[in-house]
Amino acid sequence: MTVLVGYIPTPEGAAALDRAIGEARSRSAKLVVVNASRGDVFVDDRFVQSDGVEALRKRLDGEDVAYELFQPIGGHDSADEVLEAAEQHGAELIVIGLRRRTPVGKLIMGSTAQRILLQAECAVLAVKAAK
Amino acid sequence: METFDLLMQGFSTAATPLNLLYAVIGVLLGTAVGVLPGIGPAMAIALLLPVTYGLEPTSAFIMFAGIYYGGMYGGSTTSILLNTPGESATVITAIEGHKMAKAGRAAQALATAAIGSFVAGTIGTALLVAFTPMVVDFAVSLGAPSYLAIMVLALLAVTAVLGSSKLRGFASLGLGLAIGLVGADHTTGQQRLVFGQPLLVDGLDIVVVAVAIFAVGEALWIAAHLRRRPMQTIPVGRPWMGKQDWKRSWKPWLRGTAYGYPFGALPAGGAEVPTFLSYVTEKKLSKHPEEFGHGAIEGVAGPEAANNASAAGTLTPMLALGLPTNATAAVMLTAFIQYGIQPGPLLFDNEPDLVWALIASLFIGNTLLLLINLPLAPLWAKLLQIPRPYLYAGILFFATLGAYAVNLQAFDLVILLVLGALGFMMRRYGLPVLPLIIGVILGPRAEEQLRKALQLSGGDPAGLFSEPIAVWTYILVALVLLLPLAISAFKRLRPQPQGVPAGAEPRGEAASAEIRQEATVASSPRETIAEEYQYQHDRKEKP
Repeated sequence: MTVLVGYIPTPEGAAALDRAIGEARSRSAKLVVVNASRGDVFVDDRFVQSDGVEALRKRLDGEDVAYELFQPIGGHDSADEVLEAAEQHGAELIVIGLRRRTPVGKLIMGSTAQRILLQAECAVLAVKAAK
Repeated sequence: METFDLLMQGFSTAATPLNLLYAVIGVLLGTAVGVLPGIGPAMAIALLLPVTYGLEPTSAFIMFAGIYYGGMYGGSTTSILLNTPGESATVITAIEGHKMAKAGRAAQALATAAIGSFVAGTIGTALLVAFTPMVVDFAVSLGAPSYLAIMVLALLAVTAVLGSSKLRGFASLGLGLAIGLVGADHTTGQQRLVFGQPLLVDGLDIVVVAVAIFAVGEALWIAAHLRRRPMQTIPVGRPWMGKQDWKRSWKPWLRGTAYGYPFGALPAGGAEVPTFLSYVTEKKLSKHPEEFGHGAIEGVAGPEAANNASAAGTLTPMLALGLPTNATAAVMLTAFIQYGIQPGPLLFDNEPDLVWALIASLFIGNTLLLLINLPLAPLWAKLLQIPRPYLYAGILFFATLGAYAVNLQAFDLVILLVLGALGFMMRRYGLPVLPLIIGVILGPRAEEQLRKALQLSGGDPAGLFSEPIAVWTYILVALVLLLPLAISAFKRLRPQPQGVPAGAEPRGEAASAEIRQEATVASSPRETIAEEYQYQHDRKEKP
């Protein structure tokens, strides 16, 4: 029994993490946190750095759920990393954060969230950032 | 006064709208390549060589000058915000600059770097104006033997003094000289290293060689190391400085300039030594020594001024003697050759318009850089978010297009790939590329002077020592080669207790290695040539 969350250090990511912690606790499931980067840019603001990781771990330690934190840099899309991790851990639920995208922006950049929603084998819970 | 008139004439050429436009393009491109680690001004100019073939030489050189100075500015942004030096010249800046940024003083660090670069660049260019005509007057009186001696000095100094492993340096120099030999001998018409390939008889096009080594080699090397842990830039607003910062910065700026220009002008110049010396001096003279290591503004101001002043210094031997002492100057010299302009002391007489417009454009470019860099620094940092595959695919595309466009020969593409593979292997095995490119460019010219000297003396080798300057230069060459050996032999004979300096030079080197390593801690896979350089430096200097 696992709940998987695709985490990025943004309001959407934080909302997803909050919700995932709640879900994991109510299902008494293990929480798997995935924060992926393709690793082909010099600067990726969505990749949690060492001090951020420390803060994240401290926070997760404070919650009474078992958790694992992954930061794959495999040259794959974050969507692929999340889907792969979900399959590996046999996740029953994937939690992701959603943000508003313009159709054009989505056309050009693609959408990680959309790929996860469509391709995941399990249930996906999409969360909006708190206003 | 004559110099002043010529300079003013240069300004009138450089300030035409079209040339100003090229200056703007140049500084924008230069800052961009400076910001991106692994792409330097040398690569940018090499890639632009074929594209600029149709331009007026003056416009092209104005653009190149902008790229050259811009690279120095851009490098400091990456050093400060990311702790990854974009350029080897800004390695030292990263030490204090990144600490300042972490302490929330990124804006001040960027400001002192930009304003210091401007001050040093302007003073350095003024020194260039003052000294270069003198060097030219002196150089015109030199005969072939002295030229040969000075070129030998430059070749050996670049190989033996810069970089860490002398063996690797000389291997690279040998490769460069061999590449320079390919083709028919100009004096006898004999074919050398042609391997029965008629297309090689004209020799290898230097543009193709430069593009292959700098662009293709680097792109292949990056492609082999595509994945790495991404980093985070430190968010920063508009750079600004308080009164206290100005007070603490202006002296380091001037001292850095004083270090930078002479070192840049020496045949074994480069910006690494003066930036390091400036850092050490500021550390010693600072009223706040306790701040060093935690983000002292002097440690950013001094080295940043030194690297820009050395950029100006490098242009002195390049314009006055046709002697390149760093990669960018080497590629710019290639551009002269490509335009059919003979580099050397006669350049000032034959092409006064071009030379003085180039120098005037340095002043203009420097001012433009200050204007675009102060408000736009945070924007430049965004460039680091471009995925590298896109970047390097673009570079490879331009490299291929450019290499083909030079002669419209498919054969050049083969050479491009072969030499690109060579460039990759050199990076893989830690051979510095600078001696190679200097060897390719200076080798044939040194040979020409050697032939001339020997023809004048009727084949008697004593003719090579017929001028006093030549003799002195050879003594200098011997010193450059023997001094490090003598010092290490001396150290081996008399082992010193730890902590006692065993002579200023080796101690400085060791400390520099330490500092350099500290500066590159954040970037584990060695990405740029500069980092590769330092890595070997570190490995070698470690006890």
